[in-house]
Amino acid sequence: MINKIVSTVEQAVADIGDGATVMIGGFGPAGQPEELIDALIAQGARDLTIVNNNAGNGETGLAALLKARRVRKIICSFPRQVDSQVFDGLYRAGHIELELVPQGNLAERIRAAGAGIGGFFTPTAYGTDLARGKETRLINGRGYVLEFPIHADVALIKAERGDRWGNLVYRKTARNFAPIMAAAAKCTIVQVHEIAELGAIDPEAIITPGIFVKRVVRVERAAIGSRAGFQAA
Amino acid sequence: MNKLNRDQMAARVARDIPEGAVVNLGIGLPTLVANHLPRDREILLHSENGVLGMGPAPAAGDEDYDLINAGKQPVTLLRGGSFFHHADSFGMMRGGHLDFCVLGAFQVSACGDLANWHTGAADAIPAVGGAMDLAIGAKQVFVMMEHLTKQGESKIVEHCSYPLTGVACVNRIYTDLAVIDVTSQGLRVIEMVEGLSLDELMSLSGVPMRSAQAEAYA
Repeated sequence: MINKIVSTVEQAVADIGDGATVMIGGFGPAGQPEELIDALIAQGARDLTIVNNNAGNGETGLAALLKARRVRKIICSFPRQVDSQVFDGLYRAGHIELELVPQGNLAERIRAAGAGIGGFFTPTAYGTDLARGKETRLINGRGYVLEFPIHADVALIKAERGDRWGNLVYRKTARNFAPIMAAAAKCTIVQVHEIAELGAIDPEAIITPGIFVKRVVRVERAAIGSRAGFQAA
Repeated sequence: MNKLNRDQMAARVARDIPEGAVVNLGIGLPTLVANHLPRDREILLHSENGVLGMGPAPAAGDEDYDLINAGKQPVTLLRGGSFFHHADSFGMMRGGHLDFCVLGAFQVSACGDLANWHTGAADAIPAVGGAMDLAIGAKQVFVMMEHLTKQGESKIVEHCSYPLTGVACVNRIYTDLAVIDVTSQGLRVIEMVEGLSLDELMSLSGVPMRSAQAEAYA
């Protein structure tokens, strides 16, 4: 019997190794798998490369992982925010490497990894500093930049509901990067608010088919809006 | 002359968004455009974090932090609205499916180069987000900004001194002084505020412009 459900977040992240590349879902706090990140902090893996849209908000979640000095490098599109003080401090002190990627290129590079694409030409960033040193090509008179996929060892994501095969549905804009990260990582670990019986999720509505998922763990819903550290940015 | 205030600028941009358009409004000044879209037009707002058919801010107490806009503020969803993941969302831009985007800017050059993501200052932490994708993606790229910096320097320039967001990507510029089209023959002034002449506008801007048919704001 296929059963991807594990009972605790500690079990779910137990084998993440030092030096791993870890994708973390979320756009700011929406969709951020906070309990899995807390478990990763407790687990102790270090020298990590993190892929996320941002570089942490406030002092919790990704910001707490950064603060614990477990992250060697971050690949993201929008690190600087009103509440990114943890990242800002580490970056200014030279304690963290930043690879800045335009948001759509970040998404497409993650998607490409999951889809087995070896590289792609994109018009985004053509002629700008973020394309410096990259191969370019004129296609039908328009400038494009060659970009490569971003693969990961692990993806930590959050979904609304999942079943024992790993089929997932999300909630509103908390979906953001999760479906493409799920496909781009060797080991995708999902925290869900609800475990569904197999067959209970409408097959027409499944957003991430279970093939992309390794582990599913249930986490109680928290009142994100009231959580300390949340701030509109 | 009567400079437009931020709401008047937003109302002016909103007037040019037609029925049925799909629009992405950038963070900051462009967000104000949403408040001025004519109610008799059905216009779809796109937010790059994965919403089409975004509605206004919720009433106090009704915030849902799983439903936010690109500025990470709580929003609502209109009936018929949809959610999608980031690769689809940016495919909508890059694939040319968005009719308009409205962006803020530090500078726009006479040939439509846009600089709006980074001052290039040595101590600044760079952050780009979706700016570069929007700049090259939407069918029409509108820029909305004050005409002059606080120091009185023109933000419309011959060549951008700040790092570029996109090359020759801006179609129209809305400022507190004028509405200006970027054309292959240079900048073409569509409208100016009352009491401002084309010569004065050019002298403030320091770049050549021609008049479409200089008319005062209604």
